[in-house]
Amino acid sequence: MPGQDPAERRVVVTGPPRRTRRASGYYRPRTEIDEQTTLGHTYVRSLMRTQLRAALAVFAVLGLLIGPLPLLFAAMPDARRLEWAVLGFCLYAPLVLLALWYVRRAERNERDFVRLVEDR
Amino acid sequence: MNSGYAVPAVALVVVATVLVGAFGLRISRTTSDFYVASRTVGPRLNAAAISGEYLSAASFLGIAGLVLIQGPDMLWYPVGYTAGYLVLLLFVAAPLRRSGAYTLPDFAEARLASYGVRRLAGAFVVGVGWLYLLPQLQGAGLTLTVLTGAPDSLGGLIVAVVVVATVAAGGMRSITFVQAFQYWLKLTALLVPALFLVLAWQSDGAPRHAFEEPVTFREQRVVRVDDSLDLQLARPLTVTVTGTVDGRPHDGERVRLPTGTHHITRGTRLAFAEGTAVPDADRGTGGGMSTSLVAGREERPLYATYGLILATFLGTMGLPHVVVRFYTSPHGVAARRTTVAVLGLIGAFYLLPPLYGALGRLYTPELALTGDADASVLLLPDRMIGGVGGDLLGALLAGGAFAAFLSTASGLTMAVAGVLTQDVLPARGVRHFRLGTVLAMAVPLAASVLVGGLPVADAVGLAFAVSASSFCPLLVLGIWWRRLTPPGAAAGMLVGGGSAFMAVAATMAGLPAGGPLHALLAWPALWSVPLGFLTMVLVSLATPGRVPPGTEAVLARFHLPEELRAEVKA
Repeated sequence: MPGQDPAERRVVVTGPPRRTRRASGYYRPRTEIDEQTTLGHTYVRSLMRTQLRAALAVFAVLGLLIGPLPLLFAAMPDARRLEWAVLGFCLYAPLVLLALWYVRRAERNERDFVRLVEDR
Repeated sequence: MNSGYAVPAVALVVVATVLVGAFGLRISRTTSDFYVASRTVGPRLNAAAISGEYLSAASFLGIAGLVLIQGPDMLWYPVGYTAGYLVLLLFVAAPLRRSGAYTLPDFAEARLASYGVRRLAGAFVVGVGWLYLLPQLQGAGLTLTVLTGAPDSLGGLIVAVVVVATVAAGGMRSITFVQAFQYWLKLTALLVPALFLVLAWQSDGAPRHAFEEPVTFREQRVVRVDDSLDLQLARPLTVTVTGTVDGRPHDGERVRLPTGTHHITRGTRLAFAEGTAVPDADRGTGGGMSTSLVAGREERPLYATYGLILATFLGTMGLPHVVVRFYTSPHGVAARRTTVAVLGLIGAFYLLPPLYGALGRLYTPELALTGDADASVLLLPDRMIGGVGGDLLGALLAGGAFAAFLSTASGLTMAVAGVLTQDVLPARGVRHFRLGTVLAMAVPLAASVLVGGLPVADAVGLAFAVSASSFCPLLVLGIWWRRLTPPGAAAGMLVGGGSAFMAVAATMAGLPAGGPLHALLAWPALWSVPLGFLTMVLVSLATPGRVPPGTEAVLARFHLPEELRAEVKA
């Protein structure tokens, strides 16, 4: 989880041997992932799909933002100052905002997934 | 330009680089430190290091020069360099870090369990790395020549020696500090003079015609043509000539040149009157950072612009010196946050080159004719402010430019040396890594001395196009598509990257003289990237039996958050 010390987190998950947990009869989706069963793969696939959807959504916004610009500039050859302003100064802030938006979404997806498979 | 201040500035940057590298050396102890700084570099330091490494001479000097010559369309370069990081963040950053590989070939092998694909990826890394190193060395030579009149290859030699020394001595740990230091140095070196230049511009009455086309001379100016060139005149031009035009000698006469192409012999002086438009010069493959061999721009500007956008947006993720940096993050979440910080840092930096480009159009328009447009950034303080102040600001810019050569060259050398050590040289270990470093730098250095004359903008564009058509499909499909097979990956890289490489090589050799074919070959990304993806997908689908058996587990490792991962790998 972001904000937590990564080293600390890793110690926790490597702690108890897997067999003990199974013997306790305590079922969790996480075991399926660990054992690489078909069900476990389905969990991983669902995570990949969510993450890919998030990435494609932001990519589509990027495409819609950038894609028409060359056409626009070609259509208005007299609007030189507009081209200078847009390309020189106005595009960088939206790029950073898009990146922030994606990172928030991707990290939330991962948190939700961990909560799901840890069954808590 | 007064070299009395510039030479100490360059020397200071070189010494500071070695010192910061030596500081890294003291805490660089293990092999892991060497290759990936023990994967403990936090987002802030790593982001500054990535940005410092990424902002090369093409960014520091080249963009302003390109804008001076070709106008605001060239501002797509910095936009593309920045947006490339956004695409990298979306599709590659976290899974690439979680793949746990050191280099791109490592990634190929981990994902596809194929030694053949690994070798092929290694060959592409070395090829792209060398292609990108060559213009850095040449740019360094050019800068030193402009500043001091030193011989052409000296600057490249200095950069090569300093880079090999820092990389071989301290490896990745030491380089991380050097790069981070150089980002802030480059930003300062561009920002401080920019403030003074804007003040000077305001006190000059804030002229605004920089944004108009074509560029005009603000005052009467004499231009000395050092290399013979062809002037393309769209309308008649009246100019005072001392020298030879179209084979006819003149001595200080006013000459009216009709519309068309005129040959100016070297050594000729042209005196332009105030308000005259700067004509287009065509000097072929004369070298320099901003001169481009790609005449296709004028013929198909829209196609060329989209080709440029695609190559830079998708090519960034495959640049060897960019990718190797992501393995130094402690985990996938940090890799993502690092990328966002990088976007902010690069974006902030790229606000400045357009400013220099605009001021260059106002105050140094004649550089578009003499072919030294790259020197525009270096010459502006002298031209606009002058005196000791101008000299000092110019020296600061020269130091920043040298930092740009040093940092990008270090990163590339690091990446190429890593591949050479792991895949080419017989044994592994720090000793062989040092040998690999020397080898990684020796080849492009020899090439820059022997061949010479590959324009920086074109070489950089070539590297981006090849990377976008070979590594981008490999990374994106490798991370998101479970049916990728080793034959598919190999075929896609060869067809996509290979065809992009051949296309640009053919353009540089001047094969198609003009027309649509020329534009297609000069800006290959628009067709070579889809071709690479398509080949990879189709060949993979045709060889379904070759999907590596561990694919599900490998993809799980790429995508699962670290807290779930420790048990998966068991």
